[in-house]
Amino acid sequence: MKDALFGFMQAASDWAVPMLFLIIAGAAMIKKVKVYEEFIEGAKEGFNVGVRIIPYVVAILCAIAIFRASGALDAVVTALSPVLAPLSIPPEILPMAIVRPLSGSGAMGVLSEGLKTYGPDSLIGNMMSVLMGSTETTFYVLAVYFGSVAVRKTRHTLAACLIGDVTGILAAIYLSNFFYN
Amino acid sequence: MQVVWLGLILIGVITAAFTGKMADVTKATVDAAKMSVELCIGLIGIMALWLGFMRLAEKAGLVQALARLLKPLMRRLFPDVPPDHPAMGSMLSNIAANMLGLGNSATALGLKAMQDLKSLSKIGDTATNAMATFLAMNSASITLIPATVIAMRSAAGSTNPTGIIGPTLLATIISMAVSLIAVKLLEKWRIYKQPSEETTE
Repeated sequence: MKDALFGFMQAASDWAVPMLFLIIAGAAMIKKVKVYEEFIEGAKEGFNVGVRIIPYVVAILCAIAIFRASGALDAVVTALSPVLAPLSIPPEILPMAIVRPLSGSGAMGVLSEGLKTYGPDSLIGNMMSVLMGSTETTFYVLAVYFGSVAVRKTRHTLAACLIGDVTGILAAIYLSNFFYN
Repeated sequence: MQVVWLGLILIGVITAAFTGKMADVTKATVDAAKMSVELCIGLIGIMALWLGFMRLAEKAGLVQALARLLKPLMRRLFPDVPPDHPAMGSMLSNIAANMLGLGNSATALGLKAMQDLKSLSKIGDTATNAMATFLAMNSASITLIPATVIAMRSAAGSTNPTGIIGPTLLATIISMAVSLIAVKLLEKWRIYKQPSEETTE
């Protein structure tokens, strides 16, 4: 049963992209769109965007690298641990909760290390996995998305996204406590 | 963004002075700068591919059809975006890619959506309500298949790598609901109010 489900999920992920290509190209053909020329027109735009976001990506990833390499991130984790114990938030989950909104590859590093240290089917392993899947790299997304259209005054976006992140992190922790403990 | 960026750097460098990790900081920063460009260059190919197909989808009327399907919901969330504007289509495609765990494709489509939203903006370098709502949806996006996590769990020898799908889905539904409520409440707050036209600096 579980194998069948996993197989289906795998198949769905494998098929999704090629099928989308087929449907789009097929529909364009039926509507008699000049497929090749229009594809090239769209693709040209991709090049411009990719180049335009470089300075924004450099800015945010370097700032995060400084913060992490200096040991500041570890210090924040250590400082917060005693506060979180009474809320039944295990301190082992903290590096994951803090890194996740900052850096996707960083969070993947923390997750793979955590899965090895605690075991993938332990409470902490499951909790880290749910957290990884249920939150986004908010700072990166904001910097790059706004950067690509030259928006600097972001108003309430950061506040709303952080409220969402905190909710996602807490939901991941408490749901894992509920399901796996 | 100003405060966050400055904070990360100042706190980082000052901490390094105490922890004696200056050399590590230098190396990590240079590495990150190099990696950022590699990341963007890598993204160009994927961007080009997706924007090419997106353009076909748009010309074939598929984007408009998809947008029409979800119109009632999207119209309520984005009252400032005309229902058949290309922005609706690119936002929906981005959300769909996010749900399937297609990270890089989602980024490419999301950047397209931001451009479409920018074309509707009259307020220059200030975020519109629609942009803020879109990003709030994006940063708390509902995940159907956390493909990367499942793969990593399998690699770590889990007996139940897909067991996290249910809780993940539930957690993302909760965070999506909360961030949408938050973004809609905050946009009405006086200090965050959307200016009616561009302010010249």
